[in-house]
Amino acid sequence: MKSKVWNILAGLAIFAMLLTACGAPATAPAAPITAATEAPVDAATEAPVVSTGPTKLSMWYHGAGNKTEKDVLLGIIKDYNESQDMYMVEVQDFPQISYNESVVAAALAGNLPDIIDVDGPVMPNWAWAGYMAPLDIPQDKLDTFLPTTIGKWNGKVYSVGLWEAACAMYARKSVLDKYGIRIPTLEQPWDLEEFNAAMETLKASGEYEYVLDMGMAWKGEWYPYGFSPFLQSFGGDIIDRSTFTTAEGALNGPEAIAFGEWWQNLFTKGYVSGTTQDSADRDTGFIDGKYALQWNGNWAGGLAAEKLGDDLLILPAPNFGNGARIGAGSWQFGVSANSKNIPGATEFIEFMMQDKYMVQFSDVTGNIPATTTAAAASKNFAPGAPFEIFFNYSAAQATLRPPTPAYMSAALTFEKALADIANGADVITALDTAADEINADIKANKDYGFDGSVVGPSIKEDEIAKANAR
Amino acid sequence: MNLILSIKQKRALFLALRYGLMSLLAVIFAFPIVFMMVSSLKPSLQILRDSSSLMAFVPMGDISIDNYFKAFERAPIGLFVYNSLMVTLVTMGLGLFINSMAAFALANMRWKGQQVVLSVIIATLILPFETIAIPLLMVVSRLPWLGPEGLTYGWLNSYQVQIIPFIVDAFSIFLFVQFFKSLPYELIEAARIDGAGWFRIYAQVIVPISGPVFATAAILRGLFMWNQYLWPSMVIQSTQYRPVMVGLGYFWQLTSSNTAGEGILPWGELMAYLTIITIPVIVLFLALQRAFVESIATTGIKG
Repeated sequence: MKSKVWNILAGLAIFAMLLTACGAPATAPAAPITAATEAPVDAATEAPVVSTGPTKLSMWYHGAGNKTEKDVLLGIIKDYNESQDMYMVEVQDFPQISYNESVVAAALAGNLPDIIDVDGPVMPNWAWAGYMAPLDIPQDKLDTFLPTTIGKWNGKVYSVGLWEAACAMYARKSVLDKYGIRIPTLEQPWDLEEFNAAMETLKASGEYEYVLDMGMAWKGEWYPYGFSPFLQSFGGDIIDRSTFTTAEGALNGPEAIAFGEWWQNLFTKGYVSGTTQDSADRDTGFIDGKYALQWNGNWAGGLAAEKLGDDLLILPAPNFGNGARIGAGSWQFGVSANSKNIPGATEFIEFMMQDKYMVQFSDVTGNIPATTTAAAASKNFAPGAPFEIFFNYSAAQATLRPPTPAYMSAALTFEKALADIANGADVITALDTAADEINADIKANKDYGFDGSVVGPSIKEDEIAKANAR
Repeated sequence: MNLILSIKQKRALFLALRYGLMSLLAVIFAFPIVFMMVSSLKPSLQILRDSSSLMAFVPMGDISIDNYFKAFERAPIGLFVYNSLMVTLVTMGLGLFINSMAAFALANMRWKGQQVVLSVIIATLILPFETIAIPLLMVVSRLPWLGPEGLTYGWLNSYQVQIIPFIVDAFSIFLFVQFFKSLPYELIEAARIDGAGWFRIYAQVIVPISGPVFATAAILRGLFMWNQYLWPSMVIQSTQYRPVMVGLGYFWQLTSSNTAGEGILPWGELMAYLTIITIPVIVLFLALQRAFVESIATTGIKG
């Protein structure tokens, strides 16, 4: 038996050597179907090998596995490559879940491409760390964009997004009518008392074990994206945006404590299921009638509309006193500081900023186009289209997560504090601890450059006002 | 009625209990794999709805192999499997050879500083890979490589960057040392008297009787390499060299919301992908399981 095992191992080793010998990159096989689906990449991006040809611009993108979105991107690249002969864009896609690690590792190894895409709230950190270069794009081109699709740091634009996402409260009209609950509007959203009363009424009906699906099955970025707007609506924040050098007062002041107590009540009163919510319930609980309300993004709209039809209501976020707010800042495109072709990379990003491309992205992904004109031309967000309301919510309520390099660390701390409070931790202690941790991180990083030379937008004069003014 | 059981009855009862317990454990351990395989045949919405009942383990409802076709459309699965097989088998093959030779020198040869070297090797076991990932990245991104394109610098985006740092493994060396020490030293002395050199003793005396430890090291190292995620995420930027675990990310995203029935994770495709990438692991274990079990069963027994 022993010699048999040894034979197997020897065979494996020889097979391994043979694989290596045959494993020249050019001959690596792919599954036939894959080869067919990968073909457009080559067609769109392969540059002819000529010494005097166009300069290659490398681009990284986070949407590997999302074929429809990638096809739109490849179409844009093809259009751009054919529109001029100075540059040739080549794209490499990454799975979103490991994209940030890949970019940070490449930055450390000095191996970043010319163009990267970046999640909105992450951008200030990458700009501060020197991974990204500011974009020299004329202001009049940016003026037509939803303000939250423009990534700014230190008074400069670093990234531009072609789409935005928005959250809303999903509900059934029949349920609200049955229990005499007012249907809120963008002009008159639910206030705190009304929202609490609605949940109490629905809970008392006995029809639901839990009234509201908050998405507790989701972890990570969902917490600051989905839940920090409630904190901001109470008047608190993750970080004090007047200085960006402390969380003191913002995350543990009276408004934040009021938010924390409200948040904990959601769980103690049984309105919301705990942090152990089954992810299956998150995906289908609302449409199956397990929950009366659901807090979710525009990406859930297609399934809900299909299942509920005219009974579906997509309601605005409630106003807890400091304005109704929803999270903002989706994926955006920028130029790496490593790039030797910053003008060309910037030119490509400008090329992407055309309504027709935003419409194409929106039509295949269900995301909100970044300009009013593109929204009007899209199939989902045009006037009278099924999800037009999301564009309006985004324009009126969108609030950026704190645009500071400290956000990446603060987001994790915020998530832990909210999970702890949901699980019964003392509200004041949890928020104080979180504020201390965020402050310690900011201090350890020498205020992340907020020494007076850096200008950040303030929540008090934030982009909502500008959007409303338009 | 006589309640005292005869020896035969006691033995039968014990056997029944033993097999009952073993069957129960087998069912518990098989549950995740059965769930994965059954779910790979169902649409995502059905998976979610069945997940709170025993229906999750029953291939009923809207059953098809569509998820497999869709999974192959979503990601270049053949390429990912090829890459992982390449990296795993080469690392395993070279690792077995080099680690066992190192262990042979540490266990069976007599030289100055032997114990210190062994202690240092074992001490490295307490270092989690995450602590050395960044320094290792900085090193490999600047190392020279002589390939078909001549001398180049930087190993990023290659097979060697996924293989070479993981050939030498302290735990494998430790396993081999323990096993080689348990072998009768008289075998080596006899071979020496017959005039055999150290390499010949290693290759023709020690290796042929060390099947179980080779199988154990192969399985453990093979699993480790097959499951590599963090390191390839850091050093592989090209689809061409991406392994299966990074490829999992292709399925970990919400599908588009504007198409009917979407707006959720593609659970069915994800399960199909997991089923496909689990097959090589099961094959490896089945090929080596007898020797693996034997190795576990004899661990610590001195020869």
